[in-house]
Amino acid sequence: MYKSFLIKYGEIAIKGKNRYLFEEALVRQIRYALEPVEGEFAVRRLQGRIYVDALGTYDYDEVTEALSRVFGIVGICPVVLTEDEGFDALVKDVCAYMQKVYPDKNKTFKVHARRARKNYPMDSMELNAALGEKLLSAFPNLKVDVHHPDILLCVEIREKINIYSVEIPGPGGMPVGTNGRAMLLLSGGIDSPVAGYMTAKRGVAIDAVYFHAPPYTSERAKQKVVDLAAVISRYTGKIRLHVVNFTDIQLMIYEQCPHAELTIIMRRYMMRIAEQFAVSDDCLGLITGESIGQVASQTMQSLAATNAVCTMPVYRPLIGFDKKEIIDVSEKIGAYETSILPFEDCCTIFVAKHPVTKPSLRVIERSEQKLAGKIEELIQTAVETAELICVAAGGEA
Amino acid sequence: MEAYLDNSATTKCSGRAAELMMRLLTEEYGNPSSLHGMGALAEKYIREAKKKIAKTLKAGESELIFTSGGTESNNLAIFGSVWANRRAGNEIITTAIEHPSVLQPFRQLEELGYRVAYLPVDASGTVCLNALSDALSRQTILVSIMHVNNEIGTIEPVEEAAALIREKAPNALFHVDAIQSYGKLRIHPKKSGIDLLSVSGHKIHGPKGVGFLYVRDKAKVKPILLGGGQQGGMRSGTENVPAIAGLGEAAAQAYENLEAKTEAMYALRDYFIREILQIPGVTVNGASAEQSAPHIVSVSVEGVRSEVLLHSLEEKGVYVSAGSACSSNKPSVSKTLTAIGLKKERIEGTVRFSFCTCTTKEEVEYALAQLAEIIPFRRKFTRK
Repeated sequence: MYKSFLIKYGEIAIKGKNRYLFEEALVRQIRYALEPVEGEFAVRRLQGRIYVDALGTYDYDEVTEALSRVFGIVGICPVVLTEDEGFDALVKDVCAYMQKVYPDKNKTFKVHARRARKNYPMDSMELNAALGEKLLSAFPNLKVDVHHPDILLCVEIREKINIYSVEIPGPGGMPVGTNGRAMLLLSGGIDSPVAGYMTAKRGVAIDAVYFHAPPYTSERAKQKVVDLAAVISRYTGKIRLHVVNFTDIQLMIYEQCPHAELTIIMRRYMMRIAEQFAVSDDCLGLITGESIGQVASQTMQSLAATNAVCTMPVYRPLIGFDKKEIIDVSEKIGAYETSILPFEDCCTIFVAKHPVTKPSLRVIERSEQKLAGKIEELIQTAVETAELICVAAGGEA
Repeated sequence: MEAYLDNSATTKCSGRAAELMMRLLTEEYGNPSSLHGMGALAEKYIREAKKKIAKTLKAGESELIFTSGGTESNNLAIFGSVWANRRAGNEIITTAIEHPSVLQPFRQLEELGYRVAYLPVDASGTVCLNALSDALSRQTILVSIMHVNNEIGTIEPVEEAAALIREKAPNALFHVDAIQSYGKLRIHPKKSGIDLLSVSGHKIHGPKGVGFLYVRDKAKVKPILLGGGQQGGMRSGTENVPAIAGLGEAAAQAYENLEAKTEAMYALRDYFIREILQIPGVTVNGASAEQSAPHIVSVSVEGVRSEVLLHSLEEKGVYVSAGSACSSNKPSVSKTLTAIGLKKERIEGTVRFSFCTCTTKEEVEYALAQLAEIIPFRRKFTRK
C-alpha cells in the first residue's frame, strides 16, 4: 500500500553549514543500498527531508531491510502522501489509512499533527482535536491516550500531506563517505568484519587488505574473506579488497627469527604492507579488530610493538569489547555464520605453542634486523602482485 | 600442465552421456508416467539404460532401481532390507571402514535397538573374515561390506564373505557398496552371492545426482521414499530420465574393453607407487598390488600436512584429495586410516591419488616431478 518512505536522520540535522554534504552522502548511500533491490526507486530531498518513492511494484520487507542498513538513518517511516483537497478529504484519507494499517482497532491512539505549510486553514492543535474526534466516531473501538498511545498517528501538512504511524529503526551513525576512508585489515575471523562495520558506522568509507598464504591457506579461505567483505559492504558501500600473497614473507620470518616472536613480527609486516595500500587508496588510517588481551598478539605490549611500525593512526574500535560482545554484533550484521567456517587463516599456520606475550620492542627490532636487505624485495613483490577485488552489496563487482 | 588425480571424488562426464542428456533435457523431455507418446519415449530411454547396465552385471532389468546416487542407494539397501526383514532377526553387520552413507544408517539402526557388529580390518584394510564368521547367526538379517575402500583402495573379499553368509546366516541379505569398484572391476552379483549392490553415476564418467541399487530378484526390500509409486513402488518420484540415460551410457562405456583398460591402469598405478616410494619419508597405505583397486593410491608423507601438500600440488595444477574427499571438509580424523592402525601423525600427512581410464603416463610423471620438489621444500616449515 505504501508508495513512499520518509527517512528520518539524526545527527546530520545539527551539522550547520555542512548539512547539505551529509544529506547528499545519505541520499547516495540510500541509492547504493537500493541497487540490489528489485524495482525502481527515486530518492529525493525535499524541505530538509528525504523521501524514497517506489516507482512500481516492490517487496516491502526487502526495501525496509535494505534501508535499515544505511548509516545515518534513525528511522524509516512508510508514509502515505496525499494532495490537499480540503479537510473532509483528509478525514477520508486518514480513516482509510487506519482501516488498512490496523485491522484490529482495539488500540489507543493519539493524533500528532504538524502544520508545516502555514497557509493551511487549521492549526496543529485544531487538527489534532478534529481528526481525533472523526477517528473516534469512525472506529468506536479506538481509544485516545495522549501519554502512551499504541498508535502515534502523524499527519503533516506540507506540500503534500504526509500520513504515517510506523517507524522502523535505522542503524544510526553517519552516512558513509562523510568521514574519509580507512584501510581495514580483514581476516577470516569474527573480529575484523565487526571492526569494519563499527568504523563505517561513523561515516568512514572502507577498503580492505587480506593476507593469504597459499598453499597453507586454501582458495576457500580466500573466498570466505571475499564473502565477509560482501557482508559488510552492505553497510559500508563498495570495498576495494586487496588480496596479498604473504607466504614468502612468512616463510622468511619462520626461517630467520625466533619462533616465539613469529606472530608479532608477522603482524608488524602486515601493518607495514597495509599502510602502503592505505596511502595509495587515500586512506586516513588503518582499522584492526584487536581487543586488549584477547590473544598473545593483543596484549598491551604486543599492541605497542605492532603499532610502532605505523605512521598512520590505527583505529581499534573493538579495543574494550569482550568476545561475547563482538559476537553479538557479528550476528546482528550477518557475518557470524561465515566467520566461523573452519578454514585455516595465515595467522594460525605457524603459530608457536608458547608465543611471547610481553614482547620488548628492542628485542623484536633486533630480530627483524636479520631480515634486513632481503625482505624488502619480498614486500615489494607482495604489494605489486596483490589481487584487487571490488566487492559490493550484491557480491563481487 | 594439469593432472586431475581425484577421480574417486568425481569424474568428468563422458561426452556421449552429456550429449544424450542435453537432448533429453531440452527436446525429448517427457515424463515416463505420462500416457502419451512423449511419456512412452522417456520410458524407452529408461529401459535402454536398464538394458545397458543389466548387461554389465549379468543381471535382470527388473533388478535395478534408479536412485539419486550412492548415498541413496546405500540408505535404501540398508533401511529397506531391515524394514522388510525385521521379523527374521535383529542383528546386522558391517565393517569399520565403510563410507558414512553406510555407517550412519547403521548407527541409527543401533540407536533403534538393532545389534550391530562392526568388523575390524587388518593393516591392509582387508576385512577380517574370522570376525565375520563369529558375528553371523540365524538372527542376522543384513551384512554390508564395501567392495573397494574409497580411501585406500583395498578390494574386500566379498565372494568369500557371501559364502560364509549363506552358510551361517540364511536369513541375511548381503549388501555390497560397489561405488568405487563398479566400472573398474567385473562384478556379477548373482554369481557372487550378492543380494544388493550400490552404484553411483558420477564415479564412472556419468552425471552427478544419479545412481542405482541392484536388488536380487526375490530379495525382500521395502521402499524408503513413498509417493506416486514409480519404479514399481520401490522408489517414488519422477524418474530423472536424462541422468538415468546418461548413467546407462557411461556404464556401457566403462565396460567396453574393460580388461585392457584395467591392465593399463594397474601398470600406471604400479609405476606411480614405485616412483613415489623413491622420495624419502613416503609410504603407501593399503593392500598389496593385487589386493587393491587399479585407481586408488593412498600416500602418507612424513612431516607435511595433507592440506598443505594438497594446496601445493593445486598450485601446480595437480588435484588430489586429503584423506577421503567426503570427510576432508572438516578437520576430523579418517575412520579407515585409523582402522588400519595408522598413527595420527601419519594420517595427518595422507593424501589420496585416484586415476581414471583417461589418466595418462605424462600426467602421472608430471605429478611425481611436482611431488619430488614440493615434499622436501615443505618439510622445512613445520609448526613448532
